[in-house]
Amino acid sequence: MIVANRKDIRELRAMIKPYQRVLIVGCGTCVTVCLAGGEREAAIIGSSLRMALRLAGKSDRRIDECTVERQCDHAFFDPLTQQVEGYDAILSLGCGVGVQELAERFPTMAILPGLNTQFMGTLEEQGVWGERCVGCGNCRLGEFGTVCPIARCAKRLFNGPCGGSKNGRCEVNREMPCAWQLIYDRMKALGQLDRLTEIAPIMDWSRGIDGGPRRVIREDQRIASPCCARS
Amino acid sequence: MENNGSEPVILAFCCHYCAYAAADLAGSLRLSYPPNVRVLRVPCTGKVEITQILRAFEWGVDGVIVAGCLEGGCHFVEGNLRARKRVERARQLLDEIGLGRDRLEMFNLSSAEGPRFAEIVRDVTERLRRLGPSPLRRESSAGCQPVNKE
Repeated sequence: MIVANRKDIRELRAMIKPYQRVLIVGCGTCVTVCLAGGEREAAIIGSSLRMALRLAGKSDRRIDECTVERQCDHAFFDPLTQQVEGYDAILSLGCGVGVQELAERFPTMAILPGLNTQFMGTLEEQGVWGERCVGCGNCRLGEFGTVCPIARCAKRLFNGPCGGSKNGRCEVNREMPCAWQLIYDRMKALGQLDRLTEIAPIMDWSRGIDGGPRRVIREDQRIASPCCARS
Repeated sequence: MENNGSEPVILAFCCHYCAYAAADLAGSLRLSYPPNVRVLRVPCTGKVEITQILRAFEWGVDGVIVAGCLEGGCHFVEGNLRARKRVERARQLLDEIGLGRDRLEMFNLSSAEGPRFAEIVRDVTERLRRLGPSPLRRESSAGCQPVNKE
């Protein structure tokens, strides 16, 4: 899932300052699971902002909240279309994708990001989320016992460990497990330690983010002709 | 209770198994404590959500108490421990809002501690008197008015 965390109420208050009527829109998918932007969090942020504005003498401001099933897909915005009428801005509690999708759907309305999107990750324990994938576009997990050296090694080493690993912990942060210790343990459990003697080839970063926004196109799934499709 | 707006209004989320029974015992013992508190019985303090605490402040109460079982004595094992973390989170939010964390506090007590319940209410009432009324309280009321909702 995509993991995010909330912004400080003071930052949000400054962000909504120019707007009289603001609709907070939560997202019912990833950010609900990571307890950052679901229905409950929308209620908390809505209540907090209403109080902060009243304390600042701006009782005339209107803050309401709602939650859509998924902000990263236009198909779920239909219930919002009528609801947003009468508001000056939307404070999105979706990830960065959701914020941008709302902006595309409502091009004349101010869309504000209510969360800080962090990474693609998983729940490590109750209340703790960890990064697992950076979306590099060229997955090589199979070479490393399904432990990603890009997402989980502080130095992104393909031929590790670096020498700073101590008792299975990273020298960059002793709280952080050494990714190469995890890779070693996993390969050992698989009986494939000999594979670690091979030099891993350099990464093909041409499929990464550096060349601008990426797209995945499945011609067999396309319905609209390329000239009519969303750019 | 008559309230001309000068006395603090306190909402107390009280666990059915301890604080609520303690409040009952305080009454049975004929103990005197300020009538500022409104007791709301919950099955466990672990049931109390941050949204409920914030909504109470939004409606204009001056202070909120969350009163649960002694640590290790929760009927649901760890509901009171979870409540303490949520209360701390809500206190942090109250700071960010600008209302201040001192208007919210969690206490632990057993059902046999009627005098302790009375003491808590006395202490919190006194502290809230020093802090003054919540700036969110509507001028025309003693709190508990819905705000900004149509």
